[in-house]
Amino acid sequence: MAEYKLEMPLTDDAVDKLRAGDVVFLSGTIYTARDAAHKKLFELLDEDKDLPFDLNGAAIYYVGPSPAPPGRPIGSAGPTTSYRMDTYAPRLHALGLKATIGKGKRNDEVKTAMQEHTGVYFGATGGAGALLSNSIEAAQVIAFEELGPEAIRALKVKDFPLLVINDAHGGELYAKPVLDT
Amino acid sequence: MREIQASDVIEAVAGMCMKANTELPADVRNKFEQAMAEEDSPAAKEVLRQLLENADISNDTKLPLCQDCGLAVFYVEVGEDVKVTGPGLREAINEGVRKGYGDGYLRKSACDPFTRKNTGDATPAVIHFDVVPGDSLRIAYMAKGGGSENMSRVTMLAPAQGWEGIKKFIVNRVAEAGPNPCPPTVIGVGIGGTFDHSAKIAKRALLRKLDDTHPDPKIADMEKELEQELNKLGIGPMGLGGKTTVLGVKMAVEPCHIASLPVAINVQCHSQRHEEVEL
Repeated sequence: MAEYKLEMPLTDDAVDKLRAGDVVFLSGTIYTARDAAHKKLFELLDEDKDLPFDLNGAAIYYVGPSPAPPGRPIGSAGPTTSYRMDTYAPRLHALGLKATIGKGKRNDEVKTAMQEHTGVYFGATGGAGALLSNSIEAAQVIAFEELGPEAIRALKVKDFPLLVINDAHGGELYAKPVLDT
Repeated sequence: MREIQASDVIEAVAGMCMKANTELPADVRNKFEQAMAEEDSPAAKEVLRQLLENADISNDTKLPLCQDCGLAVFYVEVGEDVKVTGPGLREAINEGVRKGYGDGYLRKSACDPFTRKNTGDATPAVIHFDVVPGDSLRIAYMAKGGGSENMSRVTMLAPAQGWEGIKKFIVNRVAEAGPNPCPPTVIGVGIGGTFDHSAKIAKRALLRKLDDTHPDPKIADMEKELEQELNKLGIGPMGLGGKTTVLGVKMAVEPCHIASLPVAINVQCHSQRHEEVEL
C-alpha cells in the first residue's frame, strides 16, 4: 500500500493511481457538506443555479464541526457516516466532484459512479474529531449559514490524514464480516 | 421534604455535558490500550493509536472528543422525599444542557424531524424519570451520537426463538452495521419488558462501566458469549479488519409478556461518553 501527498484540486491522474488501502495526506481547500447542505445543493442544481463552490476536481468532506472555541479556526471535525449522502454522490461525481470524505459503507450506485467518473472515497477516523481538527488551518462558511453546523464551509487543510476506502477501479478496503451461515 | 436548588441541578448538568464530551473515561482508555496490544493488523493499531491521541488532545484543549456531541440523554432517579425548586427538574436539566453545550462549545445536534431546522441549543434533552425511595437525586447523562444510534434496532421475537434467536439478531445487526457506527462499539442489549421498554433498558445498560460484571452470573456469561461472537466478525476498528469489533456487551433483562420476546440493540460508538452525579 502506497502513501501519497496530494494537493487540491484533484486531477483524474492523481485519483486514477489511488488504490484501496493507500494512505493519503491531503492539502488545500476542501468543502464541508452533510445531509441538509446536500439537499440545498440539489435544489440549486434543479433550478440551474450556480453552486457555492466549483465542483471540478473538488472534495466534499461529510462533517458538521463543533463550534470553534476562541483562538482556533474550528472545533472538532471528524467524519459523519457517509451512506446518508449516497443518494446525492453519483450526480455530483458526474458533474466533476473527485472525492468524498467520510466514514462507513457506500452503496453500489456511488461505487459505480466513482468508476465511471474517476472518483475516490476517502475514510477519515470517526470519533477522532479533535485530532483531525489539528490538520485544519482555516475554516470559512461560504453558504447556507442558517444551517449552523451543517453550513457549507471551505476548509484549508494541511496533510489531512486519509485512507482510500473505495478507489476508481472497484477496489474496497472495508473488511467483510465473517458470518457462520 | 428535602429541597434542591434548580441552580445546583443546572450547574451539575452543564458540568457533566462538558466533562463527558472532553474526557475519555478511564475504562474506555484501558480497553483501547488492551485492544492495541491484541491487534495484529497495522491499520487496526493505527486507528486505536489515533483514538488515544485524540483523547489526549481533547483532554488538553477541551475540544470535544467527537464533533457529534450527541443528543443529550438522561436517566434520572428522583427520591420521593426530594423537590427541585424553581422551574422544576425537567426545565433545570434542559437549562443545564443549554449552558453546558453553549459554554463548552459543543455541537448542538437537535432538530425538527420534518423541517430539519436545528433547535439551536441542543434541547430538548431525552429524559427518563424514575421515582425511588429516599431524598437523593441521581442524574446520569449520556452523549448519544447519531451515527451509532442509526444502527440500533428493536425486534419482537417469538418466545420459541429464545437465546439462539437473540444472538442471531444481535450478531446480524452488528455485521450489517459494519464500519458505520464507529467500531469498536459498545453494545447495549435490552431483553424483555415491552417494545418501548426493551429499548429504554438497552440504552440504560450503556451507562455501565466497560470493566464491570453483571451481578447475575448467567447474564454475565451471556454477555461474554455475545462479545466473543461479535469479535469473531472481524470488522475491527473503523471497519478496517481486526479482532476488536466491540469493546463490550452490556445486557439488561426484565420480565415480558407470555406472548413476547422483545429484544433491543442500542449501538454506542467507541467514544463511550457518560457521566453521573448525585445531588
